[in-house]
Parts: sequence; structure tokens; C-alpha cells
Amino acid sequence: MKLKGWKEVTPGSVVTEAGNSVEFKTGSWRSFKPVWIEENCIQCLFCWVYCPDMAIKVKDGKRAEFDYDFCKGCGVCALECPGKKGKKAIIMIEEGK
Amino acid sequence: MAKVVAVTGNEAVANALKQVNPDVCAAYPITPQTDMMQRFSSFVSDGKVKTELILVESEHSSMSACVGASAAGGRVVTATSSQGLALMWEILFIASGTRLPIVMPVVNRALSAPLNIHGDHSDGMGARDTGWIQLWSENAQESYDNTIQAFRIAEHMEVRLPVMICLDGFIISHSIERLKYLEDEEVKNFVGEFKQLNPLLDLEHPVSYGPLILPDYYMEYRKAQEKVASGVRGIVLEVAAEFEKMSGRKYGLFESYRLEDAEIGLVILNSAAGTSKDVIDEFRNRGIKAGLLKPRLYRPFPFQEIGEALKHLKAVCVLDRADAFGGSYGPVYLDIATSLYPCKEKPILINKIYGLGGRDYLPEHAELVLNELAQIAKTGTVKSLKEYIGVRE
Repeated sequence: MKLKGWKEVTPGSVVTEAGNSVEFKTGSWRSFKPVWIEENCIQCLFCWVYCPDMAIKVKDGKRAEFDYDFCKGCGVCALECPGKKGKKAIIMIEEGK
Repeated sequence: MAKVVAVTGNEAVANALKQVNPDVCAAYPITPQTDMMQRFSSFVSDGKVKTELILVESEHSSMSACVGASAAGGRVVTATSSQGLALMWEILFIASGTRLPIVMPVVNRALSAPLNIHGDHSDGMGARDTGWIQLWSENAQESYDNTIQAFRIAEHMEVRLPVMICLDGFIISHSIERLKYLEDEEVKNFVGEFKQLNPLLDLEHPVSYGPLILPDYYMEYRKAQEKVASGVRGIVLEVAAEFEKMSGRKYGLFESYRLEDAEIGLVILNSAAGTSKDVIDEFRNRGIKAGLLKPRLYRPFPFQEIGEALKHLKAVCVLDRADAFGGSYGPVYLDIATSLYPCKEKPILINKIYGLGGRDYLPEHAELVLNELAQIAKTGTVKSLKEYIGVRE
């Protein structure tokens, strides 16, 4: 997003567009990134339930990819994931590795 | 026909607020402002105004309620003095930074400690860099006229900033003077309908106030505010010209009194300027070219215009009714000195601190200072750059 100059900002920093937080990509705050391992996924959707930021997408009732634009890497999904036969379907890896 | 009355400064300003009939007033009593807001609350109780009066438990709350009501889309007023203004401190910046056109008479009073309820300028001077516009007033008439003009300045679409109207505690607020009221209808037409800008109560166009602005945007908002402040002078003059058409009373950014051909001069705010003008006349009668400059729009400070108005003098004394303890000079002196700094020719500038905590400023004080200035103009020798006057050794 191109940053605005001082002549373009609203008087008194009033936010005049409702729902504009979707334009503010908070995924860059992340230091650990969740990775989905589809073969270990039992489609329980616990990750979708627990995600505090709606960063787990569901398509046709099935688990889809992470929304990395908004996932902050809190790791709740990886913690709650029951996996399959002791193998996690979500693991956390360090960003930039 | 204008009605001529004998009223106190507080009564005059309370009546100005009545004639404007604001939407919301959130106030807390403090001497010497109390009697102004007491009168205004009577107007509310008697149905003379349609104002929603919010009685709060402190000035921090009164200014906070004003911020909320103004953001909601109302025309909002309050009034305070001294410790009350000090307690509003953090919210003053929120009102100006959020560009809310709140109007607030400030009845100037000394700050504690030592505890004192009388008039000096330490409260208003402490708030001079809060981003508010400040209009200073010599007498009840100017306090009344400035209050009415304040609404037009604050609410101008190119300004949208809060305004303080400063008047001296007791000396003006509680003394009875001759005053000309405007007709209710004249005031109503002059201030006009309140125009909203991004009101919170407009449910069709939802907005958010007070977002967190991080290093990537904070400076842009501050630069935008600086730009707005630099344009205030022009709007103040526009409003003054219209006010003169209606009332016949002329206002500028500051008042120049016998200054054009003056060699020595005083710079002084508010009620003490009136006392000084009499003494200036006496000096003129004796053939001494003395003059006076009384700032009116003190924030944003019209430094270029004031520098121009003073640069031809030989010696000038800035009289401050507040001091900056641990700083160099009094606050008005600092502004005058920086206004003159870029001028090639400039007067010798001295500073006197007077009238703290309501200590009387008498004609002999002005005489003493003008005699000293005449001596400096003649010899070029300064005995003391900064000095307290009217104080016991």
C-alpha cells in the first residue's frame, strides 16, 4: 500500500472508511509461520475454531490454506491440532528459514 | 440598536454563550470562572438556551465530555481557570489534535503553589503550545466580542481547531464595566448554523475517532496540523472584518497603540494594557514618543507581523504576567524576541515580570518602565535584561 503524504490525510486522523482493516496486512508481524501438512489432517476444523484472527480458510466445509496476510503466527492452531496417529497436521517453522 | 449595560466580564461572556446557544456545555466550577458558568447554568434551567448541560466531577472529565460531544457533531463550550486548565492538560491536546472546534473562555488565574485565586497568566501561558487558538482580551467588551468571534474561527472549515478566550481573573471577570451587547438575532446570524465535519452520530457514514497513529503516519498528521495553524491568522482577520461591519468595533491580530512613530514601547497582554495606554498618553503629552503593542491572537503567534510592527523602535519592554522558572525569560518575551530576531534593525529588548498572583499593576509601574526605556534609547546601556517589578526586597 502506498503511504499517503501530509496533504492527503484526514483532519484530526478521523477514519472515514468503515471496515478498512482488511487493507492493513498484519501478517508481517509474524516471526513463526504455521505450515499445513494435508496428509496428517483429519478435517476436524479445530484450527478454524481456535484461530483468533480468522486466518484459516474453509472452502466447501473443508480445511483450506492459511491466510498469511493476516496470520500473526501465534501458534494456537498448531497447539490444538490433534493430527493423525501422533503426527501433527500443523507445525510452526521460523520465518525466513 | 445596541444595548449599553454595566456588567462584569463573567456576565458578559456568559451572555455571549447564551446568545450563541451551543448544543452542549460540560463544565466544572473553579474561581474565578465559577460565576460565569453559574450564570450559564441558570440560562439552561430557565430555558433561555437549549444547551445540554453536563455536570461533571472534574475538569479532566469536562474536557473529555466536550471532546466526545464535539466528535458526535455538536457545538460545544466549557470554561475554566488555573488548576482546572492544568487538570484538562492531556485532553487539550486531544481536542486540538482531533481538530474539534470547542470554545472555552479561560478566566486567567495564578497556578498553585502557593495557592492563590487571583489573576495572572501562568495558566494560559502553560497551555500556549497545546495546539489551541488563544485570543487574549483587555476588558469585558473584548472578552464578549472575542467569544462571539471564537465560534466563527474555530468552526471555519479550513480551521476546525479549539479556541480559548483569555480574560484576567477578578480584574476583568468580577469588575463592572460599560459594555455594548449585540442583539440576539445579530449574534445568531453572525455565528450561523453549526456545520458538522465527520460527526460520530451520522449513522449513514460511520467514522472512527482517535486511532493509533504509528511512526509511519504520525509526522504527516502533525505537518498537516502545522499547516492549518499557519493559516489561522488570515481567518481571524476575515472574521474580524465581518465583525467590524456588524458591531463597528475593529479587531486585528494585535493592537498597535501610538506605535507607528514610537521610539520606545511596551508589549503587554490583557487588562494591564489599558492601564499602560493612559501612561503612554501622558508620555506623549510630554513629547516622548512612546507606544504599545497588545497581542490579541497569541496562538498561533503572528510573529512576522509583530516583528514588522516593532522593528523600528529603539527600546522595547515586554511585560510578562507569568514567568518560566528555570527558563531564560517570560513567555511573551521569548515570542517577541524570536519575532524580532530575523530583522536587521531591531530594538533593545528587556523583560519585566509583573502582577503575579493578582498583584496590582499600577500606572507608576508603567511610568518606571517607560522612563527606563527612554534612558536605554538615549544611552544604549541596559542595566538589567530581566527583572521583577512591584516586588519587595
